Amino acid sequence: MKRRDMLAGIGGAVVAARAAHAVDQSMWLSPQLPEGTRAEARLETLPGKQPLIRLTDRPPNYEAPISTFRTAITPNEQFFVRYHLASIPAVDALGTWSLSVGGEAAERQITLRLDELQDGFEQVEVAAVCQCSRNRRGLSSPHVAGVEWGYGAMGCATWRGPRLRDVLAKVGAKADATEVWFDGADGPVLPTTPDFHKSLPIDKAMAGEVIIATTMNGSKLPHLNGFPARVVVPGWTATYWMKHVTSIQVSRKPLDSFWMLKAYRLPAGMFPVNRPFPTQDNATTWPITDIVVNSVVADPIDGTRQPIDGFTVQGVAWDRGYGIRQVEVSLNGGETWRPADLGKDLGPFAFRAFNFHTGKLAPGNYVISSRATNNAGETQVEKLKFNAAGYHNNVPQQVAVTAA
Amino acid sequence: MSRYLPLAAMLFVSSAFAQEQVTLKPGPDLDAVTTSCATCHTLSYIRMNSSFLTPDAWKAEVAKMREAYGAPIDDQTAAAITKHLSTNYAVPPKS
Repeated sequence: MKRRDMLAGIGGAVVAARAAHAVDQSMWLSPQLPEGTRAEARLETLPGKQPLIRLTDRPPNYEAPISTFRTAITPNEQFFVRYHLASIPAVDALGTWSLSVGGEAAERQITLRLDELQDGFEQVEVAAVCQCSRNRRGLSSPHVAGVEWGYGAMGCATWRGPRLRDVLAKVGAKADATEVWFDGADGPVLPTTPDFHKSLPIDKAMAGEVIIATTMNGSKLPHLNGFPARVVVPGWTATYWMKHVTSIQVSRKPLDSFWMLKAYRLPAGMFPVNRPFPTQDNATTWPITDIVVNSVVADPIDGTRQPIDGFTVQGVAWDRGYGIRQVEVSLNGGETWRPADLGKDLGPFAFRAFNFHTGKLAPGNYVISSRATNNAGETQVEKLKFNAAGYHNNVPQQVAVTAA
Repeated sequence: MSRYLPLAAMLFVSSAFAQEQVTLKPGPDLDAVTTSCATCHTLSYIRMNSSFLTPDAWKAEVAKMREAYGAPIDDQTAAAITKHLSTNYAVPPKS
């Protein structure tokens, strides 16, 4: 598309967005978000996307409305958008994109074009949840500073591309390699701001499920989801899923970056992890890694009226890679629970859809919650494990409805 | 409402979006906020984080922007920004 056409398209999209804002906010935004966030949030349509909830436009931070999560696969058009830093290359600038792979702990350095990434390696598919570490931060109690996400800073797609370990095999990782470092094409506005760099411990980088995705749900990646290639780290939060990835370096040293050492850290031992991150752990804090077991009720919507003949509770559940064993639904705010039916199993890193029919109901008020348990026996917590950055909120939702 | 930059200036896709002009509450220190904060990000961040931060928490946010994110803001400007945010977007200090 020519830039002129693109501009016209964006103009049209913004007109549509203003109209979409007329939809009652209670249908798409949690009432538990901070007052200022509720005043600021609006539905807006980015190029190539359906309306998403805009929290900020520069850098772009947009989440999916909760009703998106009725299905296990999130369409690309409804996939959330999250950037830390506001310099994002245009699609045209990525026409000459290439990926540099090497590093001090590699035998050699190579450069790969997109076609080489797609044709030169075995292509594998993984259905995996991409969830912002700070998803649900806006629901933290007390509130903590930052982008005040509700429930929708996540999505699940089928990602396709070469395994990271196969690409690393081309450059020959040496025996003393401890980390793999990643950089992407986006960056800060000011040169004094730390560029967004992340690393993985070598054993996670070599795990077969970690891929360099060049397609998402069978299509090229949407620009704002990392076109032309992003790192996919199933089971780990999205901070490691480097968008527009341009550099992959094997190192024997820990990455010395603000984004590893200061940001994205949790109190040591507060949440379960599958693999240690020895080069980045310290005595008091660990990098956030594994996603916690969680679920979301996508339908019905909080505050709505429902028929006394009954209705279906729909949503998804997910965890850090063990897979979902059970989802239970409560109609009385968690006093009693009954098992929901699970949808198709798309693999251990994917959303697992669930549904539950209430049957006939007495007229009155109901509080709907869902609670997931994974195959390791981990389940959602009753009380928020508060931490200063608002990570890992997996307290069951309280969706209030009236049957009449 | 939205503004479009000239095509030649469209180096970055973020400037291709129809970005909204965010208007903050008026005051003697508003210029300090607008000039400094909007260099790197929309002023929506300020409204989005209201009203639950105390004046001390806003002070810490301004310090984080200078120290962690390398914002070139001098002490006097930082004090003016903190004052404007504390006056207009804060909850009272915890006693």
